[in-house]
Amino acid sequence: MTISFLRLAVATAPLFLAAGTATAQPQDPHAGHVTAPAPARTPAPTPADPHAGHDTSTTAPSPAPAVDPHAGHDMSATPALQTPPADPHAGHDMSAMSDQAADPHAGHDMSGMAMGPPDIPTSANDPGRSPEAAPPPAASRGPAHAADLYFLQTDMVAARRLLIAENGDIHTTAVIIDRLEAGVGGDEDSYLWDAQGWIGGDINRFWWKSEGEGEFGDGLEEAEVQALYSRAIDPFWDLQAGVRQDYRPDGEDVTHLVLGLQGLAPHWFEVDAAAFLSTDGDLTARVEAEYDQRITQRLILQPRIEVDLAASDIPEIEIGSGVSSLEAGLRLRYEIRKEFAPYVGVEWSRAFGRSRDFIEARGGDAEDTNFVVGLKAWF
Amino acid sequence: MSSLRLDRRTLLRGAAAGGGLLGLQGLMPAWAQTGSPGLRSDLPSLVGPNIDLTVGHSPFSVGGRTGHAVTVNGLLPAPLLRLREGQNARLSVTNTLDEDTSIHWHGILLPFQMDGVPGISFPGIKPRETFVYEFPVKQAGTYWYHSHSGLQEAMGHYGPIVIDPAGAEPAAYDREHVLVLSDWSFMHPHEILARLKKSPGYFNRRRTTLSGLLSGSDGMSLEERRMWGEMRMDPRDISDVNGTTYTYLVNGHGPDDNWTGLFRPGERVRLRIINASAMSIFNVRIPGLPMTVVQADGADVRPVEVDEFQIAVAETYDVIVRPTDDRAYTIVSEAIDRSGMGRATLAPRLGMIAEVPPLREVPTLTMADMGMGGMAGMDHTAMGHPTVEASTTTSMDHVAMNMRDPDNAPRDMAVGVGVDMVAMAPANSLGQRPLGLRDVDHRVLVYTDLVSLRPNTDRRPPSRSMEIHLTGNMERFMWGFDGRKFSELVEPIRFERNERVRVTLVNDTMMGHPIHLHGHFFELVTGGPEGHQPLKHTVNVAPGSKVTFDLTADAPGDWAFHCHMLMHMHAGMFNVVTVRPMDGAAG
Repeated sequence: MTISFLRLAVATAPLFLAAGTATAQPQDPHAGHVTAPAPARTPAPTPADPHAGHDTSTTAPSPAPAVDPHAGHDMSATPALQTPPADPHAGHDMSAMSDQAADPHAGHDMSGMAMGPPDIPTSANDPGRSPEAAPPPAASRGPAHAADLYFLQTDMVAARRLLIAENGDIHTTAVIIDRLEAGVGGDEDSYLWDAQGWIGGDINRFWWKSEGEGEFGDGLEEAEVQALYSRAIDPFWDLQAGVRQDYRPDGEDVTHLVLGLQGLAPHWFEVDAAAFLSTDGDLTARVEAEYDQRITQRLILQPRIEVDLAASDIPEIEIGSGVSSLEAGLRLRYEIRKEFAPYVGVEWSRAFGRSRDFIEARGGDAEDTNFVVGLKAWF
Repeated sequence: MSSLRLDRRTLLRGAAAGGGLLGLQGLMPAWAQTGSPGLRSDLPSLVGPNIDLTVGHSPFSVGGRTGHAVTVNGLLPAPLLRLREGQNARLSVTNTLDEDTSIHWHGILLPFQMDGVPGISFPGIKPRETFVYEFPVKQAGTYWYHSHSGLQEAMGHYGPIVIDPAGAEPAAYDREHVLVLSDWSFMHPHEILARLKKSPGYFNRRRTTLSGLLSGSDGMSLEERRMWGEMRMDPRDISDVNGTTYTYLVNGHGPDDNWTGLFRPGERVRLRIINASAMSIFNVRIPGLPMTVVQADGADVRPVEVDEFQIAVAETYDVIVRPTDDRAYTIVSEAIDRSGMGRATLAPRLGMIAEVPPLREVPTLTMADMGMGGMAGMDHTAMGHPTVEASTTTSMDHVAMNMRDPDNAPRDMAVGVGVDMVAMAPANSLGQRPLGLRDVDHRVLVYTDLVSLRPNTDRRPPSRSMEIHLTGNMERFMWGFDGRKFSELVEPIRFERNERVRVTLVNDTMMGHPIHLHGHFFELVTGGPEGHQPLKHTVNVAPGSKVTFDLTADAPGDWAFHCHMLMHMHAGMFNVVTVRPMDGAAG
């Protein structure tokens, strides 16, 4: 058993290393920082700045008293467009601004009207996670919950519990049918399903997955169900662990331990990678990645790739060590609704190495191309 | 839209109104009915001091479909509450739902236990119970009220409040209309949220595509697209929920219903505009009619004339327009992702309509929206230049590497699963035109245009400054403050009573967040005239940028502090602000 776990660790290490690089954030706090507080802006005549670049000679209000920026405006005939804004700063003595304690622009040339709001420094200006001043001690004096002074504490405790639940503690149930499809092109027409779902909050979820395939003539070839505990470990990645049960009408049903990583890699690749350790001691892994290329808002081309790996030969199910097989698919779906999208596509698969030998030894094809038609749906 | 059909319908409605059959419009309070001649004191809005409100279920129809709404007194929007500064308000709220409800008086300064947030101010209102809110009215202006329970607000539980000043009204006008902007979906808000959790781009039908790249209509180079893809971010993720499911309403009327407010040419018409949406930020304009902003979030500002302004969720703006011609004007409230619009009409007579401009092109996010607006030499992106090619290739590579550097966050921030980005150089966005309006060729309101009419009452310099990060993970639809959801049992934000604090909100996400603090006004640090910082109860922090406000924590008690995007709040962008000690608290 110890050896099996060791093998699992060794086999999955590259998997997690790869995912790690995808998610890791560089820790150099200075890379990319240009300067600390931005210098006071010089007036730039851009359309975004309502005060900059106004030709005050064209319309009224430049010398208007501060309190009434409309002095001189003929309100009844103001044209809608192209009129410079009534300037609330017009006529202000800007020198008065310089004695405002918190104004970092004090002393800067205030002659331009492009003076923006003061740039109050934040943590981004001061790398290193400096602590903030604590509130004064008096801020913590008195009751923990002020409402307890006015209302029954038991009522307030219940209300607070509800408030907590209603502001962040959301539980959701999702069912996602990624692929429900029929294939033509092989010896016999085939079918396949690939579905998953989850229930839970943002961090902890129960996650199930099921896939299976067969031929319309010969019936089910293989099927599996996974039951996983899923925990968010990063904004984009979930770590998943649990069990997988295989069903093989023509052979032995096998149970596996599962350890996987599922999430979104940079550039919007959806990735599901998992290692499986069977009760027979066989270690395998599977990496799936897919990408949605929107051609239009509703027409989406999805390339998909799946690689199967094995740590050793498993002749019973025609798997050889190393990369045992590769599947690549291209599916074009149309989202009638976001949750309901039929598709057509092509799926190519090939066995490698010893897997290929096993298949060819019984006269099978190590390479296969299927045209598929199916449905992606979720609710 | 067939204009023939529209004409006929409008005429029919006009005929009905003319025949004194206003009641035909059922769910609409008189001030919200199309063809409303405007607010007059004899119209049946609810006035204090004693007001009874009943929360219940009602059907709601728009666009030929009928759905289920949660309403106050059977109306959507809820009845206008007309109060007067200095009076005492006594509001009895009865719950006829089968679940708890509440009413929060948005922007109103009151004792915390009257603020209406279940679990913070009070226990909530149980089914078949009545809760009596009572507080002195200490301010004037345009406000609103809404449920703070579950997602009831997204189902219609919102209405306007207008408080008349005790003294003279500083902005002169002859007539006024209230415009409650909102978003309506026939999909239950919990279902909307569930779709977003499963597929955050679910409602987005304007994503970048291969055909958009080839035709150039996406306005984005292959290199830029590569960079966005590398970061797993969507440059077209402008609004989580949009016009693919929402019908945008004005006073409960869809665009085809064309709510119409009347004026006599030459009159100064005050429009009290409230964004009561669950998830929609609007750009508001009236083609052909400049608007003079006189109030923001209920606080008077020095008049500033603009042609368009952005109103984030929960903000209010009062503008005065002076139509002189005998013609109709279209009031356009266009969703910022341009997936739809609210439409209403100002006209001298019922049945008149003006041209409805087409939806403009969907905006595409830039590097500034990714928190790089403050980088030296990159100001031009922040300033809205559409071309970033010059700096694209050189800076993108290391930029993409540093998008989530914990060193750019305060020490106590949790940079975990719930944080997909930390702004590396957030620019102060208060002086920048809002998303989608950077290149329009007319005057657009920016926050730095707002100058408080009255001098600020507390002129002390802040004794402490703090930084709060608005964080999220777009892929998982997680939202929070400083990397934590409220449900993760966060520490409250603590202020000492009467403490003067400078708070900088840093938006580490690529979406705008309208941040609302209950029970207080804060002063935006705009760098404007000294002692006249504009007061706000809600400020929209643009994507990847920062906003600073000064706060005098003068209201003892516990207060909600949250993003007013209802789904962001529900997903965790929420916290409690405590102000202590309590000694001498009113109540």
